Amino acid sequence: MTTMVEETQTSAAQARVFNETLLSVDDISLSFGGVKALDSVSFDIRKGEVRAIIGPNGAGKSSMLNVINGFYHPNEGSITYKGTKRPEMRPDQSAQSGIARTFQNIALFRGMTTLDNIMTGRNTKMHRNFLWQALHWGPAKAEELEHRTIVENVIDFLEIQAIRKTPVGRLPYGLQKRVELGRALAAEPDLLLLDEPMAGMNSEEKEDMCRFILDVNDEFGTTIALIEHDMSVVMDISDRVVVLDYGRKIADGTPDEVRSNQGVIDAYLGVSHD
Amino acid sequence: MEFLEAITIVPILGIAEDYVFFGEVVISGLLTGVMYSLVALGFVLIFKASGVFNFAQGIMVLFAALTLVGLIDYGVPIWLAIIITMGVMVALAYIIEYLILRHLVNQPDIILFMSTIGLAFFLEGFGELLWGANVKALNIGIPEISMDVGGMLLNSFDIIAAAVGASLVASLALFFQFTPMGRALRAVADDHQAALSIGIPLKTIWVTVWSVAGIVALVAGVMWGAKSGVQFSLSLIAFKALPVLILGGFTSVPGAIIGGLIIGMGEKVAEVYWGPAVGGAIENWFAYMLAMVFLFFRPQGLFGERIIERV
Repeated sequence: MTTMVEETQTSAAQARVFNETLLSVDDISLSFGGVKALDSVSFDIRKGEVRAIIGPNGAGKSSMLNVINGFYHPNEGSITYKGTKRPEMRPDQSAQSGIARTFQNIALFRGMTTLDNIMTGRNTKMHRNFLWQALHWGPAKAEELEHRTIVENVIDFLEIQAIRKTPVGRLPYGLQKRVELGRALAAEPDLLLLDEPMAGMNSEEKEDMCRFILDVNDEFGTTIALIEHDMSVVMDISDRVVVLDYGRKIADGTPDEVRSNQGVIDAYLGVSHD
Repeated sequence: MEFLEAITIVPILGIAEDYVFFGEVVISGLLTGVMYSLVALGFVLIFKASGVFNFAQGIMVLFAALTLVGLIDYGVPIWLAIIITMGVMVALAYIIEYLILRHLVNQPDIILFMSTIGLAFFLEGFGELLWGANVKALNIGIPEISMDVGGMLLNSFDIIAAAVGASLVASLALFFQFTPMGRALRAVADDHQAALSIGIPLKTIWVTVWSVAGIVALVAGVMWGAKSGVQFSLSLIAFKALPVLILGGFTSVPGAIIGGLIIGMGEKVAEVYWGPAVGGAIENWFAYMLAMVFLFFRPQGLFGERIIERV
């Protein structure tokens, strides 16, 4: 029964076709001292798709995300985003350009409530100048209300109304992950980067998270790039998968293509030496 | 037995006997307390934004006061001197961000703390190099006369200083509690990486809080300097701000205010009524003892964020 459901989902995902490239990384290399974290990696992320980046531990997946998001600056290679070659960017600038993300080990503002945390996600959309903000009056006031509406929608969407006023530090792990997703969604991003959104979750929480990711992609058409270890999840929800190993790209394609790729099987199961 | 009596019955009798005098003591304590709040506020701002205890805050008070006095001595009119000094403090914030903070993003707090110690020594030396090390009088034209308020004798200078401090503190508290900028600031305090990822430019936030902290330091420097002369010991009031912070919580602007008032009033009342029993000079250590007792029962302070540890 379950296998049947999985199969229909997989084939439904494969039916989707995406042509417009949103972001492409070309020949990206990154090293820390003598360690090569990424070795001329190239791939693209197309508008509207769910793109997975997988690979064994230490393959350079998180490094790749950090390069896209501006935390790391690659030693070589270039990033083309929305059709133009992107100059070296700080993370706050890349956020301004429409890239939102979550972190492998949750990075929330622990002292703030769920509501305030998600509200911070609106930061890039707040345009009123400093003085208006300081006075908290006039146009800024109207703007605050508008942001509030969007944030409430995100809260409804993620079904976390009950914890709106709870400081996130007190929430269980699974809910914190959800709030972090909410903060990223509040930014109405063009590209959403998720670093292991399901790590450490139980199967029920995983199912919920899968549903949210697919719904975000469906309803808002948000392009999503995610890193995930749970293979069945990756194969279920992603349109295309890129596989990294020791900083190099070893495969790139639909879940089915990747699944049957000998290099991938070797990387995950180890090569037999007999 | 005699000692017990001296610390229990005698002070109470003293208060009951002359409540007008008691009122005077309390109010003058509160007025001093506002000044403590002002200094503590500088710490809170920077602690909130960068999670670092700014060891240099006391020196910034001294540096601002020195610059102001120096300019006035050169014959610059007072209003202009104040504006220039504000500019100097803002410029200082830019320099600190450019030379120190931006290189220490995501470093452990202790490293940032060490860098502020370095900053403190540099500013002290630099200030003295520019303006000399001798005690200077600062007269900004606030009248210092005794006034009779409901039978109590109060100093007009203290009242004006307290009013200035109180309005500054109130506006800052509102700003940081209720504006998006305030929220961005709390975000930066919580998690640098996450703040960056939602598009908050650390640079702007840091320059803003260090500028504001610099201007708060200037106000504190002017008030304390006018009262007791501009000299190195001015920077030592920073140590009085420590117990205020422990009482009020390192992250709370209202906490800094209430903490300052409690300490200011507490030490005056303790000195006048309980001092004689132990031979006086309680004022010097009362604040620290109060802070210690507080640490036992409420380590996060009156208004600080609850310390939540996950196991």
